[in-house]
Amino acid sequence: MPSQVTVKVNGTPVTVNAGATVAIAIAIAGQACRASVTGEPRGPLCGMGICFECRAVVNGERHCRSCQTLCEPGMEVETEK
Amino acid sequence: MSEGCQQRFDVLVIGGGPAGMAAAACAAESGAHVGIVDDNATLGGQIWRGRSQHETTEEAARWHTRLQAAGVTQLCGARVFHQLEAGVLLAEGANNLYELSFTNLVLATGARERFLPFPGWTLPNVMGAGGLQAMVNGGLPIGDKRVVVVGTGPLLLAVAGYLRNCGAEILVICEQASWSRLVRFGGALVGWPAKVAQALQLKKDLAGIPFVANSWPLAACGRETLESVTISRKGKRENIPCDYLACGFHVVPNIELPLLLGCRISRGYVQVDELQRTTVKGLFCAGEPTSIGGVDLALVEGQVAGLVAAGREEEARKLFRDRGKAQRFARILNQTFRLRPELRSLSSAETIVCRCEDVTYSRLHRHTSWRAAKLHTRCGMGPCQGRVCGPATQFLFQWNPDSVRPPVYPARVESLALTARREPETAQWKEASDGLEGPST
Amino acid sequence: MSRAAYDAIIVGAGIVGAACADEFARRGMRVVVVDREIVGSGATAAGMGHIVVMDDSEAQFALTRYSQQLWQALKRELPDDVEYEQCGTIWVAADEEEMVEVRRKREYYAARGVPTEVLDSQGLKQLEPNLRSGVAGGLRVPEDAVLYPPCAARFLIERAEKRGAELRLGASIVEIGEGRARLSDGSEITAGIIVNAAGTWAPEITSGLEIKKRKGHLLITDRYPGFLRHQLVELGYLKSAHSVSSDSVAFNVQPRRTGQILIGSSRQYGAEHKDVDHNMLARMLQRAAEYMPALGRMSAVRVWTGFRAATPDKLPLIGPWPGDRSVFLATGHEGLGITTSLGTARILADQISGSKSEIPIEPYLPSRTMKGIRPCLAR
Repeated sequence: MPSQVTVKVNGTPVTVNAGATVAIAIAIAGQACRASVTGEPRGPLCGMGICFECRAVVNGERHCRSCQTLCEPGMEVETEK
Repeated sequence: MSEGCQQRFDVLVIGGGPAGMAAAACAAESGAHVGIVDDNATLGGQIWRGRSQHETTEEAARWHTRLQAAGVTQLCGARVFHQLEAGVLLAEGANNLYELSFTNLVLATGARERFLPFPGWTLPNVMGAGGLQAMVNGGLPIGDKRVVVVGTGPLLLAVAGYLRNCGAEILVICEQASWSRLVRFGGALVGWPAKVAQALQLKKDLAGIPFVANSWPLAACGRETLESVTISRKGKRENIPCDYLACGFHVVPNIELPLLLGCRISRGYVQVDELQRTTVKGLFCAGEPTSIGGVDLALVEGQVAGLVAAGREEEARKLFRDRGKAQRFARILNQTFRLRPELRSLSSAETIVCRCEDVTYSRLHRHTSWRAAKLHTRCGMGPCQGRVCGPATQFLFQWNPDSVRPPVYPARVESLALTARREPETAQWKEASDGLEGPST
Repeated sequence: MSRAAYDAIIVGAGIVGAACADEFARRGMRVVVVDREIVGSGATAAGMGHIVVMDDSEAQFALTRYSQQLWQALKRELPDDVEYEQCGTIWVAADEEEMVEVRRKREYYAARGVPTEVLDSQGLKQLEPNLRSGVAGGLRVPEDAVLYPPCAARFLIERAEKRGAELRLGASIVEIGEGRARLSDGSEITAGIIVNAAGTWAPEITSGLEIKKRKGHLLITDRYPGFLRHQLVELGYLKSAHSVSSDSVAFNVQPRRTGQILIGSSRQYGAEHKDVDHNMLARMLQRAAEYMPALGRMSAVRVWTGFRAATPDKLPLIGPWPGDRSVFLATGHEGLGITTSLGTARILADQISGSKSEIPIEPYLPSRTMKGIRPCLAR
């Protein structure tokens, strides 16, 4: 098993250690996961999948809890507007 | 389209933290066919999230081994969201839907952190204490990052120690309890030598880190992310530039599923008898949802529940003494670190309280009940289903929460649409598989 | 002889009661609104919040159209949290047979001044790309709208309060008649007129009212901005609403300002408990997915139920109750309570003040349900 994984965050490649979550990749990319209903930048709060603040688009699917989604090679991640 | 997956168990355990693992292992070792369900990719819950170099990890590893050896079926990455009928739960994974039948059910759904609103708390890099620990555990680079830790209770120290071991610079730990309470707590530890040893180890881990009592966060500052934190210290405001703010204000029990299943709730906790039985036949509850008590209590309660569910009541009774000890410690803990009233007044009018719907404090506090606030501001109607804003508003305004409805966790529309499969007699109905097409976009 | 405390007591602070309070206060009446819970907590809390013209009957059309225009006139005053959006409705025709119905509706509305647009399969696909392919077309009604009902009810009540109306919440009325309302604590309120706007609870205080509960389910998703622009309703909705005895579902979706999708609808008779019925829910969702397959993968955040107040002839009861000179009814609106609330308030207030209404009032008079009894209008 490879020890590192590369995903794309808003088009930019980000390399993380195997086992890292999408939230980590977004953090390393220096982005916020999503914008709130009034446009505030938001990132993970609870880190355990219950607050839904870390939602991002993963391979085209909206509202994935990035803190609960493991990075896979070639994954396309977009932050939610 | 996702495939349904039907499984049957003698004992089904919901929640893979210490309580759940202990229940599953004990039940399986007693010969029952056992399944365990958890949202995370691996078992361990929050407190046993793959941590390293800490004694509790050895305990976690032991339970993992026991569970595996006993042949427990592990269903990870799955969330229970609905009860199809008595004795059958529905759980959803990333690409599947489980229909889980059981004779006995152990609810070990754990707890989640309580978040208290204050100005700026919605900025990225303001997180729960357990949350930041989970993120670092998940690979967040924390080396040389400046962290402020605020809140209450021993969890703050454990988190600070862990983060420091991962290379973080802990600038300060702010404990909201008073010194006199902390001193009393220290004195009470005398009865628990293992805890004293833990405390001394922590003291070593945290050597050199400023620790202040009577201190709490006043504001998180920054434009796009956190840049500094203002804390209250000795009655004065102090601003501290930092990269992360970890907030730990206790945990609240995850009672949503027990509520949905009809278990009686007493003062916010699932009511259980000495055998961990709830008021619903065949349903047990163990760990934080019965009372907040940490790992030790969760493990004992889990063992009791698992043994009784597998028909070994006599064995279970032998654990009552240990449980009593753990309960006593938990009571002392909860007493010492009660939240002080000043924490109710941290929000300004514009402070967002419901993060899903961006509802501010000023819009909320004119309402007299959770239901009225929910209806008129949509607070609590977002995907967190009130898990963040509910405990916050309960603390701020003393509102009591609503009853629950399915889905007790957000689930895909198609998962809720497949439940009709079991009643094919009406001619007008279409079969579930005919009715749904794959996504066209 | 002591003067009654109020000119009118309005029982029920839902959308209909709120609209009545607003209208009555506007006409200078001294009003008190009484509700045993909070503002907008019954069907008002549970419904989809659509404002839609319907042509099931001439009477239904008249009231819905009249009331829709009143909402349009009001829209600029509505605060942000009422979330009024004139997104329009598209009645979706699954096949050519339903397109015949589309053209009939178009003619009907054209003759009555309601702007509509017939859409063929292409045109519909352009407006709503997430509908499944193969749908025959539809009828777009651009003046229909949606809003968030509890906040709309609150707005109307607050406007009434500014004109001196009073609001009593958490007060349960157990009996009305002879110019008084008796509360569960034994106290009484006197008024010249008592308006029963208690929705599905109306029969509890006016015995003999033929109002049945029609349970409905709704689901709301997480945010999917741009997925849906109009309220979409299948033409089969009419068959569903028509049936007086069986359980039915119909495709009906609505966008919320945040991009969340509201998915409905279902109708059941005889279901008295408010628990979510997962079989009805599943049927409803399957129906919705037949029209918009992409709904299947969407995240469902909440599901809830509500009860519509349904009358045997599917028209509301608006006017004096023959059983008591002081009692008036404003109830039985089934799935059109939000739409027709403003119109209801106007024609009821007209009857009380003796002025002529802009639409004929006979079809909604409660006396129609009691043959041989002449309507007894206000003193």
